[in-house]
Amino acid sequence: MSENKKLYSNALIFSLAAAITVLIGTIATVFIPMFTKGMHPKLENLKPYTAIQLAGRDIYQREGCVNCHTQTVRPLKSDVLMYGDYSKAGEFAYDQPFLWGSKRTGPDLARIGGKYPDDWHYQHMTNPQAFYEKSNMPKYAFLNDRKVAVEKTIAHMKALGFPYTEDDVNTLKNSTEMDAIVAYLQVLGTAVERKAVLTIDETMVEETSPLAGNKDAILKGEKLYKAECAGCHGQNAEGNIGGSLVDYASAESPDRDTYLIIANGFEGAMPGFAAIYDKEEIWSLVEYIKSLKK
Amino acid sequence: MNDYRYDYETVKGFILSAIFWGVVGLVVGLWISAQMWDASLNIPPYFSFGRLRTFHTNVLTYGLGIGAEFGVFYYLVIRLAKRPLLFPKLARFHLWLFNVGVAIAGITLLLGWNQSLEYAEFEWPIDIAIVILWVIFAVNILGTIIKRKEEQMYISLWYIIATIITVAILYIVNNLSIPAGFDKSYHIFAGVNSANVQWWYGHNAVGFLFTTPILAMFYYFLPKSTGLPIYSHRLSIISFWSLIFAYLWTGAHHLVYTPLPDWIQTLGIAFTLFLIAPSWGSVVNGYFTVESDWSVMKNNYLTKFFIAGITFYGLQTIQGPSQGIRVISSLIHYTDWVPGHVHMGTMGWVTMTICAAVYYIIPHIYKTEIYSVKIANAHFWLVLIGQLAFSITMWVTGVQQGAMWKMTNPDGTLKYTFMEGLLRNYPYWQLRTLAGIVFVIGMLLFIYNVMMTIKKGKAELEAKLQAASATA
Repeated sequence: MSENKKLYSNALIFSLAAAITVLIGTIATVFIPMFTKGMHPKLENLKPYTAIQLAGRDIYQREGCVNCHTQTVRPLKSDVLMYGDYSKAGEFAYDQPFLWGSKRTGPDLARIGGKYPDDWHYQHMTNPQAFYEKSNMPKYAFLNDRKVAVEKTIAHMKALGFPYTEDDVNTLKNSTEMDAIVAYLQVLGTAVERKAVLTIDETMVEETSPLAGNKDAILKGEKLYKAECAGCHGQNAEGNIGGSLVDYASAESPDRDTYLIIANGFEGAMPGFAAIYDKEEIWSLVEYIKSLKK
Repeated sequence: MNDYRYDYETVKGFILSAIFWGVVGLVVGLWISAQMWDASLNIPPYFSFGRLRTFHTNVLTYGLGIGAEFGVFYYLVIRLAKRPLLFPKLARFHLWLFNVGVAIAGITLLLGWNQSLEYAEFEWPIDIAIVILWVIFAVNILGTIIKRKEEQMYISLWYIIATIITVAILYIVNNLSIPAGFDKSYHIFAGVNSANVQWWYGHNAVGFLFTTPILAMFYYFLPKSTGLPIYSHRLSIISFWSLIFAYLWTGAHHLVYTPLPDWIQTLGIAFTLFLIAPSWGSVVNGYFTVESDWSVMKNNYLTKFFIAGITFYGLQTIQGPSQGIRVISSLIHYTDWVPGHVHMGTMGWVTMTICAAVYYIIPHIYKTEIYSVKIANAHFWLVLIGQLAFSITMWVTGVQQGAMWKMTNPDGTLKYTFMEGLLRNYPYWQLRTLAGIVFVIGMLLFIYNVMMTIKKGKAELEAKLQAASATA
């Protein structure tokens, strides 16, 4: 009891006791892991950021992108379907700090690298509402008007101990901040071998559309087109970032080929929609595209 | 005597500063809540969501929250130590440095100086200023406690000491970084390790800035304002030590289903569940204190704030641990449920307790009565309604969002695209802005009431002085 009394009447002893108490959990879950190998994994394919990618990452931090976007795909079926392969610890070895985030007001970006062509990012960052009318993402058009700070970026490369070359720095000189952030976005998640979550092969798809000639299907396809495809292929499907679908339809490709393109996409040019559209939706899109024929 | 008066000036200074930063932070809060449903309200680069949201959390945490805590602690400690502050002039310097610091820190966030570590966004020059600020505070408070005239340290002092020590450890470790220019630095920790350190900090910074200091206020002002002694001293002891012990193990519950090693996640979840016990220790202690005479709920307007506040603390500490559990996390993590949870704590528990403490202190300093109990009651109900509407709306949104992200078609494909899920949030987000407006109106009434009390106190003092000089 007397010792107890001492604890509550001697501020120094009390402070020491409190410090030890809070340090126990800290040592167990933070300090000890810090010195284990398991906390510092690195994938074989992972490379340090290049000068322009790092400049882009700095902009990502400056603009507070982490407030709305996560960079970690959970090992949950729905996360993997939506975004791609779940995140691996060894992907983040050069991330100081990590940018996993805690809220998805916008979609996860862990696998955004290579999903869309560069043009898509330039246009989307400049005016997100041109792609999704109701998107709540702010416009970042001002990044087009600003040059990358070359000296600063060199200082940042040095601070992180990242290798860089004269050529590397030279590419920075004529780059805008938009070039930099697009370069950063395009490298995200590329250290992991990329494979589609759902790949549809020929044997799974009918040769001709089961919805051929169905007017409702065309209307449904048009709605889907406006929501997801018009940003790249244009409001009237005459092409923008992606090619003209009017021309495509006029060439009369086989139904099955169109289905497979929509389902699987093309690496680096167009994302596949197999994970988010069911069969009927994809066939509806095929029907809409066919209806565009001149 | 002069020393005491001098200290009051500092107390007042901190309270009024906190109120000022509170208004700034709340207005920005309303603004970003509207940006969530109308992108045209973004004014890039300085006033786009990414920068303003960071500004909002930091100005309210550091400006309103910690500012009020500094003020209330300077008031509390001299009473519990039964002596004046050890270094009153240092406290005054602390006040000025604090205000200059919050202003500069806020500006740097708008300029994009951002480490992207949640609640630790400031760049290294600001971090150094914060450490200096904290040391000044610690020296004065701990020094005063050490040189106190009262033998035993009251519960509130335990919580104050724990706050000072733990925040110092957390802040310094998580902000270790490599400077790469005046406005830029890089976390010395990388990848998974960076995440683990950050959320050890992130969770506990919230705990030791929004839980322990507020409990310090609660344990002092509840008995003071009701005249009822704290129900159980033993319960206070048990809940204090088990709270500060268990807290520091739990950060990893923010990283469930991330690439952080599973064992750390599991340990974090387990200790998080355990944390319910010490948290509810204080809740029970509060309830049973009032239980001896419930009439204080009716007769004393402050009791309402304290009891509603501790109730939200209790709900918060049930909700928090359940969110940590993997199955629930998989549904609501990354959704609007999370801001709903946070705001129940900040708008409910923290703000209500701070407001009540200020309502208690200001009339005491000015030796007068509160300007209007009616306005205080209106303030209470508006804040309560605003907060509940905010939190409940966000919980509903969060569950819907999480469910839409997960929902699949019979053939195993996802039912909704991300954009379809987003659009469904808009009506809820609009409702949240409305709830925020109700809350802010409540807070404006609070400010009006405090200002009028000060005015009244000053007038009464002047009248007394005049009367004294007339008789002399």
